[in-house]
Amino acid sequence: MEALVAKGVTKRYASHTALDDVSLTIPSKSIYGLLGPNGAGKTTFIRIVNQIINSDAGEISIFGEKLSERHIGMIGYLPEERGLYKKLKVGEQLLYLAQLKGLSKKEALDRSKKWINKFEIKDWWDKKVEDLSKGMAQKVQFISTVMHEPKLIILDEPFSGFDPVNAQLITENIFELRDNGSTIIFSTHRMETVEDLCDHVALINKSKKVVEGTKKQIKDTYKSNTFVVDHKGSFTINGSASIVSQKPLEDNFYQTVLQVGTEHSPNKLIAELINLTEVHSFIEKVPTMSEIFINLVNGKSDE
Amino acid sequence: MNKIWLIVQREFLNRVQKKSFLIATILVPLIFPTIIAGLFWFMIREVETAKPEVVHVLDESGKFTFTNTKRFIFIEEKGVIDSAKKTYSATKDFALLYIPSFDLSKPDGFTIYMKENQSDEKISGLERILEDRIRDLKLEQYQIDKETLAGLKTSIDFKQVNISDTGEEKSSNSMILKILGFLLGIVLFVFVLSYGMQIMQGVIDEKTSKIVEVIVSSVKPIQLMLGKIIGIASVGLVQFTIWIVLITVLSSTVLSYFGLKMPQEQMQEQVMSQVDPEQKEEIQKVQSDKMNEVLNSIDQIPFTKIALVFLFYFLGGYLMYGALFAAVGSAVDSIQESQQFQMPLMLPLMISYMSVFTVVPINPHGSLSFWLSIIPLTSPVVMVARIAYDVPTWELILSMVLLVAGFIFTTWVAGRIYRVGILMTGSKVNYKVLAKWFMIKN
Repeated sequence: MEALVAKGVTKRYASHTALDDVSLTIPSKSIYGLLGPNGAGKTTFIRIVNQIINSDAGEISIFGEKLSERHIGMIGYLPEERGLYKKLKVGEQLLYLAQLKGLSKKEALDRSKKWINKFEIKDWWDKKVEDLSKGMAQKVQFISTVMHEPKLIILDEPFSGFDPVNAQLITENIFELRDNGSTIIFSTHRMETVEDLCDHVALINKSKKVVEGTKKQIKDTYKSNTFVVDHKGSFTINGSASIVSQKPLEDNFYQTVLQVGTEHSPNKLIAELINLTEVHSFIEKVPTMSEIFINLVNGKSDE
Repeated sequence: MNKIWLIVQREFLNRVQKKSFLIATILVPLIFPTIIAGLFWFMIREVETAKPEVVHVLDESGKFTFTNTKRFIFIEEKGVIDSAKKTYSATKDFALLYIPSFDLSKPDGFTIYMKENQSDEKISGLERILEDRIRDLKLEQYQIDKETLAGLKTSIDFKQVNISDTGEEKSSNSMILKILGFLLGIVLFVFVLSYGMQIMQGVIDEKTSKIVEVIVSSVKPIQLMLGKIIGIASVGLVQFTIWIVLITVLSSTVLSYFGLKMPQEQMQEQVMSQVDPEQKEEIQKVQSDKMNEVLNSIDQIPFTKIALVFLFYFLGGYLMYGALFAAVGSAVDSIQESQQFQMPLMLPLMISYMSVFTVVPINPHGSLSFWLSIIPLTSPVVMVARIAYDVPTWELILSMVLLVAGFIFTTWVAGRIYRVGILMTGSKVNYKVLAKWFMIKN
């Protein structure tokens, strides 16, 4: 079943359109990357899912049901602009936020104790947030996002402002949550995150969805059938493949970049190459998400 | 609703658990009565233990004979004024009184020499002694009997009675009620303003600490706003209740310390002891009549009604202004920035505060008083101050209904601005922007 299906979601403001007919399908138990430059409409979409604002048109369903107020407890949201009550103690803070998500006081207490122990910050229960280090506050913030065991977790630029140690801790926990059955939506403009974490990706640019699919599907769509070959002794090739570049390495070794037609399989190319030269390595040059992302965004802006 | 309740609890506990709340709640009722009682105590002590002042007198007219009193001891000087001045200068005494020969029909030229400025009260005490003596001399000159004069003295003091439409009569207690209404009006003004500011501060804190987006993903902005307003209102009510209880307990303790006498009564006795016994009786009679009347009218003050009216207008006024202050807080990123939007809120509050001193006491049933106590923005403060003057029931009901309508309206307007404002940081906001936010559909 799909965790979230959005159909034709549109949001207009007086001077501009923040989201224009955006449809997304987010599979259950996936880590879904919502990509796009700043101002593309990611946060608007997330706010609509969190029912902070309403869309002007379109429909959203969560686990097969039309999005409504009772889904609030199923969603955990870490906004890009995030913070905690400075004067409140860590324990009080967690209990309060969990109860607002619909947990009973007892449940809230049990869960927050569990997470506090897991993150080894038990001693901080009675400390005020303003007395915590930034890293500690980030842990508390993450706990407050996931402690009500949401089926859908939405993280908006989760690693901005997190130190590497915490980022690692949170990454591990994200995988664990996914393995336990949660669906995670990542909103980010940082491609390395997507490369490492996400299995599904959608790209939003200028209020519109540009592309959506699994990471592999997208890479397949945008790959240029280019191969990098390290070989001994130079060669030339005609017909099926063309040489993009060839540069000498050392001791008569060369690195050649070859491009073939879409119908051409790698095996066929290798077979041809073996006759021409001694092949030491053969790698398909797959575009990174970053390259695809920049190409698409720039391509769009040229229009 | 459950979530609003959670927010109310949180806001309430946040504030009540603070040290500053404890300090303010306990110290305010302790400090003020203590200061007042202390001042009275020292004043009385001072009068009681004061030594009589020594006054040198040079009487060139020969018309006076001075007898020593509790307050003054007189030393007669002989000779010319210059030598008297010298004698006086050598002492540390209170004053030198110089009485030249004077024409009884036009007494002047009396001079008092002192080392430093002295209290007017003591000087006029001396003046009174001279005046009394000159009056007696005049009576003698015009051959008027003292008793005839006493008989001529007339004093009229109205007994004030209000007649209702049904012909029912009740004695009016305007003076005490006026003071009570006046005080309650000011208390209400202070309450609405200070708690309104607390709401604004709270909203700004949530915005700047960036917790707000986390919260509004769990509750609706309007729920957050109402929860905060109600939470702070309950802090106010608790604080007010504690104050009333503490002040009641304290003042009865203080009073019992003074032997169940109001400090004013003690002062009165002091004054009385210096008046000659003849007048004393008369004054006491008048005073006890007055006193009875006052006590009588205190009995008749509808305390319950006043308390209920006060409570209603406190809540109504607070809710109305509270919502507006919340909206202002949501629109800005800091207290400094909020100044420009506070102005239109402060203006009606200041107008109602001023009218408690001016419009209401001068013409409590005039059309200005009427409108100020009907229009919701000014009615909370003005109506509470005006309630002392027997406001017709229909006016009270109209004013209350309009106030309820008023706070529903302002809450609605404020809610629309608030829901957009809390998510906007770093943008430059003016009234045009606020209007735009207001118009944005959900």
